Amino acid sequence: MPLTTNTILICAGGACISSGEESVKEALERKIKEYNLQDAIKIVETGCMGACSVGPLMVIYPEGVYYQKLTPKAAEKIVEEHLLKGRIVEDYLYKGDKGKIVPQPQKEIPFFSRQVKIATRNLGIIDPLNIEEYIAKDGYFALYKVLIEMSPEEVINIIKESGLRGRGGAGFPTGLKWEFARKSPGNEKYMICNADEGDPGAFMDRSILEGDPHTIIEAMTIAGYAIGASKGYVYVRAEYPIAIERLTEALKQAHEYGFLGENIFDSGFSFDIEIRIGAGAFVCGEETALINSIEGKRGQPRVKPPYPAQKGLWGKPTNINNVETLACVPPIIINGPQWFRQWGTEKSPGTKVFALAGKIKNTGLVEVPMGITLRELIYEIGGGSPTGKKIKAVQTGGPSGGVIPEEYFDTPVDFESLTQLGAIIGSGGMIVLDEDDCMVDVAKFFLEFTVEESCGKCTPCREGTKKMYEILEKITQGEGTEEDIVLLENLGNVIKDSSLCGLGQTAPNPVLSTLRYYKDEYLAHVRDKKCPAKKCRDLISYVIDSTKCVGCTACARVCPVSCISGEVKKPHEIDQDACIKCGSCFEVCRFGAISKVTPALD
Amino acid sequence: MIDLKEIKEIVQETKKEALEEQDILIYTLHKILDKIENNYIPDEVAKIVSEELKIPLSKVYEVLTFYTMFSTKPRGKYIIRVCTSLPCHVVNGREIIQAIKEELKIDFGQTTNDGLFTLEESSCLGLCGVSPVIMINQDYFGDLTPEKVKEILRKIKGGEKI
Repeated sequence: MPLTTNTILICAGGACISSGEESVKEALERKIKEYNLQDAIKIVETGCMGACSVGPLMVIYPEGVYYQKLTPKAAEKIVEEHLLKGRIVEDYLYKGDKGKIVPQPQKEIPFFSRQVKIATRNLGIIDPLNIEEYIAKDGYFALYKVLIEMSPEEVINIIKESGLRGRGGAGFPTGLKWEFARKSPGNEKYMICNADEGDPGAFMDRSILEGDPHTIIEAMTIAGYAIGASKGYVYVRAEYPIAIERLTEALKQAHEYGFLGENIFDSGFSFDIEIRIGAGAFVCGEETALINSIEGKRGQPRVKPPYPAQKGLWGKPTNINNVETLACVPPIIINGPQWFRQWGTEKSPGTKVFALAGKIKNTGLVEVPMGITLRELIYEIGGGSPTGKKIKAVQTGGPSGGVIPEEYFDTPVDFESLTQLGAIIGSGGMIVLDEDDCMVDVAKFFLEFTVEESCGKCTPCREGTKKMYEILEKITQGEGTEEDIVLLENLGNVIKDSSLCGLGQTAPNPVLSTLRYYKDEYLAHVRDKKCPAKKCRDLISYVIDSTKCVGCTACARVCPVSCISGEVKKPHEIDQDACIKCGSCFEVCRFGAISKVTPALD
Repeated sequence: MIDLKEIKEIVQETKKEALEEQDILIYTLHKILDKIENNYIPDEVAKIVSEELKIPLSKVYEVLTFYTMFSTKPRGKYIIRVCTSLPCHVVNGREIIQAIKEELKIDFGQTTNDGLFTLEESSCLGLCGVSPVIMINQDYFGDLTPEKVKEILRKIKGGEKI
C-alpha cells in the first residue's frame, strides 16, 4: 500500500451537504487525480464537525489545517497550493475575532477547545460508513466487555452509578429505566432508540446518527443485554434521509462482523435491530405515541401508567432511550462511572450536546460539561451576536420549553436550574434571540406549531392550544385586551394540568414563560398598540426620513404595490394606506433613510 | 400509470424485514411512495397494502390521513418542505416562503399546474446551523436567500438534476 502523505477529513454532515459539500469533494478528487496524487492523499467523508456556520469545511492532516466556507474553486486552489506546494491558502482559513486568521481553530478557539466530547466523540473524526474506523476508536469494545465479562445487573449498576440521565428532554435516570425494564416480568422485551428528534432547533441526534451510527448500534445491543431484550428498533424521522441511509449501511456492516445477530461474540446473546421510519408527526417523539407508530397505528399517546417498561410495544416490557443518551453508554462502560462524573454537576453528571441556532455567531453543535453557564455557552463558545445587536434571551427546549432573559445568563445549565427558571434543557436546542425579536411573536410561533402537531386526542390540548393561538394572534394584531392576558395564563395552566402526554402538558410553556419575563411586552401590545421589537406587522409603519433620503428611487422600484412616490434625487414618501408592510424598501435602502416606527401610523 | 404488480412486489419484499407483524405498515407506505411519481397513495394501492399485510383498509387509511408525509391525493413530482420552525423564522425564513410562493404561484398545500411542485410546511428539519432551510424530496438546501431559492427552483424547472 502506498504511503498516504495527507488525509483530508471533509465534513459530510447534513448541513455541509446542504451547502455544497459534494461539489467540493468532487473538485478535490478531480484535481488530485489531475496531479496524480490519488495514492498519496486520502479523502474521508466524516460526520458533522459542529461548526455549521462556516461550512462546507475540511481539515487537512497531518498539519491539522482547518479550511472553511469552501467552494469547488477553493478546493482546486487548496490542492494546487497546500497539497502540491505545501503553502497554506489563507483565504479559506478560519477567521476569529477581528478577522484574525486561525489555521488550527480546534486548539485555539473556545468554540472548539472548550468542548468535551463524549456523545459526539467520533463526529468529524471517523468515516461513519467504515466500521473499522469505529473499531479503531475503541468501537464495540464496550459491547465485548459487557457480553463476556459482565452480568446484566452489573451493566445496569454502572449506568446507575454514572448518573446518566435521559438527554431527550425529561432527564430521567437511564440506569433506573433499564432496571425497571429488566425487572418487569416477561420473556419478550424490546429495546427502542428514539431518533424522532423533532424539537425545533435541536439536531444533535441527527448529527450522531449521520456521523457515528455504530455507536447507537453498540449501545442498543448493550442495553438489550442489560434489560433482557433480543429485538431492537430505531425509530427515525423521515426528515432525516441521510441518517437513515448511513444507519442502514452500519447495520449491514455490524451484521457482517458478527456484532449483531445470533450469538454475538459466542456469548450466547442474540440481538437484532430494525429501522422504522416516521412520517412527519412531531408527537411520535413522545414514547407511547412512538410505540403506537411502530405498531403501525396513528401516533397518538397512551395513558401512563402503565409505563413502557411495564407494557410497551405490543404490550411487552420496553425500554426507550434517546440517541444522545445511548451515545454516552459505550464510553461509560469502558471508562467507568467515575470517569463520566468528573464532568457536570452532582445531579446532572457528564456532558450535554447543545445545538446553537438563531442570532448567534457560531451556529452549530457543541458538547460541553453540564453546569456551564449560559453566558459561557452563548458568548464564549457561541461567539455572541453576529451583528453586534444586543442579545435579549435564549429559548431552550423548543415548544416545550421557555425563554431565559439575558439577566439570568449566569445560571448553570443543568436539569434543575433551568426548570426553576421556567424553561427546560429539553433536547438541547438553544435559539438565541436579540432585540429584534418580539416575545409575543415567539410565543405565537410555538403555539402555531403545537396547534399543528397536537394529535387531537385530548380536548384541552386540541382546542385549548388553538384558543391560545387565536388570542396571541389578536394581541399581535393590536386587538388584544388585558383580560386576554389573564385568559392566556388561565388557559395555559388548565392545558398543562389536563393533557395526557408531554406535548400537551408542556405546550403552554412558551407562553407562560414569556409572560413571566416579558409581561411588559404583552402590555405594550394591548395597551399602547406597540410592538417594542418592531416585529409585529400590524403595529408598525415604515417611514422615510426626508433628511436622509437622497431620492435614489431604489425603494420605489422594489415596492410591490407601488406605494412609494417621489421625484428622482428628491426625498420619497410612503403612502401609509396602500403600504402592505412587506419590508422590501427597508431591506433595499442603502442610506438608512427608511425606518420602522411603532405604534403604526394611522 | 402505477404498476400494481410492482407495488405488490414491494409489499412482499418489505414483509421480509418485519420483526413483528404489522410493524412495517408505515415503512411499506414509504417504500411505495418512493415509486409513485405523484407522491400519493391511491385507493387501489391502499387496498393492495391492506390485503397483503392483512391490515383492515380502515386502519391503513387511519395511518395515511394522520401522518403529514402521506397523501391520498396526487401531489407534485417534487415536494418542497419548507421549515417553518423558529430557528428558520428568526433568520428571515418568511422571505424564503414568500419567494417560493411568488416563483411558483402556489400556496401551502397546493400543486403547480404543471404537476411539478407541491409546497408543504415542515417542522424543524434539524439543519438549524444553516437556516433558513428547505428540503426538496430527499435533498436539503441550506443558507438560503430569496434569490438562491428561486435559482434552485428554476434549475429544477429547466430539467436540471439536483
